[in-house]
This record gives sequence, C-alpha cells and structure tokens, in this order.
Amino acid sequence: MAEVPKLLAVMGDEDTVTGFLLAGAGHRDARSANYLIVDGKTKTSAIVDKFKELTSRDDVGILLINQNVAEEIREVLNLYDQMYPTILEIPSKDHPYSAEKDYIMKRVMHMLGK
Amino acid sequence: MSGNQRENAFPTRQVLQIYKKKAKGAQKGYDLLKKKSDALTVRFRALLKQIYSTKSSMGDEMKEASFSLAEAVWAADSKFKYKLIDKPMDARIRVRVQNDNVAGVRLPVFEKMTDQSAAAAEAYGLARGGKEIEKCTKKWTTLFENLIQLASLQTSFLALDEAIKVTNRRVNALDNVVIPRTKNTIKYIESELDELEREDIFRIKKVLEVKRVKEAVERSEFMAFQDDAAASSAADQANMMNAYDTKDEDVIF
Repeated sequence: MAEVPKLLAVMGDEDTVTGFLLAGAGHRDARSANYLIVDGKTKTSAIVDKFKELTSRDDVGILLINQNVAEEIREVLNLYDQMYPTILEIPSKDHPYSAEKDYIMKRVMHMLGK
Repeated sequence: MSGNQRENAFPTRQVLQIYKKKAKGAQKGYDLLKKKSDALTVRFRALLKQIYSTKSSMGDEMKEASFSLAEAVWAADSKFKYKLIDKPMDARIRVRVQNDNVAGVRLPVFEKMTDQSAAAAEAYGLARGGKEIEKCTKKWTTLFENLIQLASLQTSFLALDEAIKVTNRRVNALDNVVIPRTKNTIKYIESELDELEREDIFRIKKVLEVKRVKEAVERSEFMAFQDDAAASSAADQANMMNAYDTKDEDVIF
C-alpha cells in the first residue's frame, strides 16, 4: 500500500469541523482543503462536488461525514463502491446517530438478523 | 439444470485417465475453497458484532465531544473557531494503511499516526479558556482514535463481504457444474470402452469360428488327397511293372 500516511477528511457542520481541526487533522495546501463546512446555505451540488473531489484523491484514507449531510447526497453515496477512502457516517450535535440511515449499519444489522 | 451434460471427449483409455485426474483435482479444489469460505465467514461474523457495538457507542462519544466543544467555546473566545480555520495547516493526525491477512484475503487496517514535527500545543492567541480548549482537544483526539478504528472495521467488512461472495461463487460453480460434468464424461467414456470391448470379443469369436471351419475343410481335403495319392501311386507301380514285363525280346528273363 502507500508508504505516505493518508489524510482524514471531513464534511460536516461547523462544530464537527472545528473539533476536527482542533484535533489536528485539518490540512490545507495550495490545492484545496481536506474539509468542507456544510451549513444551511450550502448547495447540494457543492457537497457532491467536494465529495467527488475528496474521494478521487488517493491521499485521503478516511472521509468523515455528518449523517445529515450524508442524507442529502444519499444517491451518490449508494453508488459509491471504492475501497479508499472509507466513508464513515457520524452524528452531529443536532442530529443524533440513527442506525437505520447508516448504509453500513443497515447491512450489519440485517446480517445479524436484528 | 446441467445434470446430464458432459464434455466432448474421444473415448480412449488415455483420455479416461486424464478425466479421472481432473475429477480428483476438482474435488480437492472444492474442499479447499469450502474451507476458505468457512474461515472467512467466521471472521466476518465476529466483525459484524464488533462493528455493531462500536458504532452504537460512538454515538454517545460524539455527543460528549460536541458538548466539550460547546464548553470551550463558552469559556473562551467564541471567535476561536474562525481563528482555527484561518491558520495555514498541516495535518498532524494521519492514518497509515496496513494490510491484515485472513485466509488469503488482504484486509486494510488503519493506524493512527501523529506527526510530531508539526507544532503541537498552540495558544490560538486567546486570553482565557485555555484549559477548556485543552480538554476539548483531548476529547476529540480520543474520539478520532475510535473513529479510525471504526473505519478499519468498516473497510474490512466490505473487503470480506466481497471476498466471501467471490469464493462462494467458485464453490458453487465447482459443485454444480464442473464436478458433475467431469463425472458424466467419465461415465460416458467407460461405457463406450465397455461397448468397444464387447464388440471386439464378439468379432474375435466370429473370426476364430470362421478360421476353425476353414481349417476343418482344408484338413479333410488334404486327407482325401493323401488317400488318392497313395492309391494312385500303388497303381502306378503296378503299371510300371507291367510295362517292364512285356514285349521286349532283348530281355531274356
């Protein structure tokens, strides 16, 4: 695999991204940043574009995404079948974690027979 | 469905041997793949349980982390968020991908790597609330470690799922198509060989019979000829004597 460690990336609300940057996972260089702050005014197309950009970079290992943001681009997520980066749905301050909406969790629960 | 299909093989003994070897190989392959599939499935089940429990608890952790962030914002300058974003940044936390091997399937595992070279504790130019911010940073860092582990589990889950599907497809293909076909081919060749043998035996018997009849005829002819010859040679001798006896005046006796 790659010798160079990969970045984490985040697409979420202001608080999530702040925590992300506080922990030191933020990265910004000449090309672009590895995060996107999504608020009520962000257009879905912008989210989709950033998603496509982040998933086509081969130096991004994990993409964290708030569940409410994930819901907005659910169709794109359902078609996503790459190994890298891994998409991890996380709850946000205003939207607690809902296992039913999480694609991976749905399959896990289905296989466990829950 | 494919119960009676067989391959087009020329029925000879050598070809039979070849197909017998094929059947053995297919059977071995099937056993091995089945074992692999079972091993993968066991690992998969364990993984499922892990993912379920980790993700469920992650929801709570996230809440705590958000709360501590709110605390920090309240204690410090509410604008520190923006100060954070404005700074040029180099990611301090990264992940390294390592490969884990389960029954021949390579599973990716994420490992957290902290880049120590980048500046660690920064002041963010704030007068107060430093302790809250520090607590917040710690909370988020722990959260990240769990998130990274969760991501590893997720990727392994997806990779294993795919591998199990592929292996099971092969197992089924061997079991339902390759092995029955080979067995049918072997049966066909054996029955053809038997038939040929039977024909052979029949033919040989017939030939022997014909030969025997011919021999019998020849022998009887020969016997007849011999008798004739014996008889005629005796007659000849007698004739010769007679011819010798008469009409020659020079012979005194």
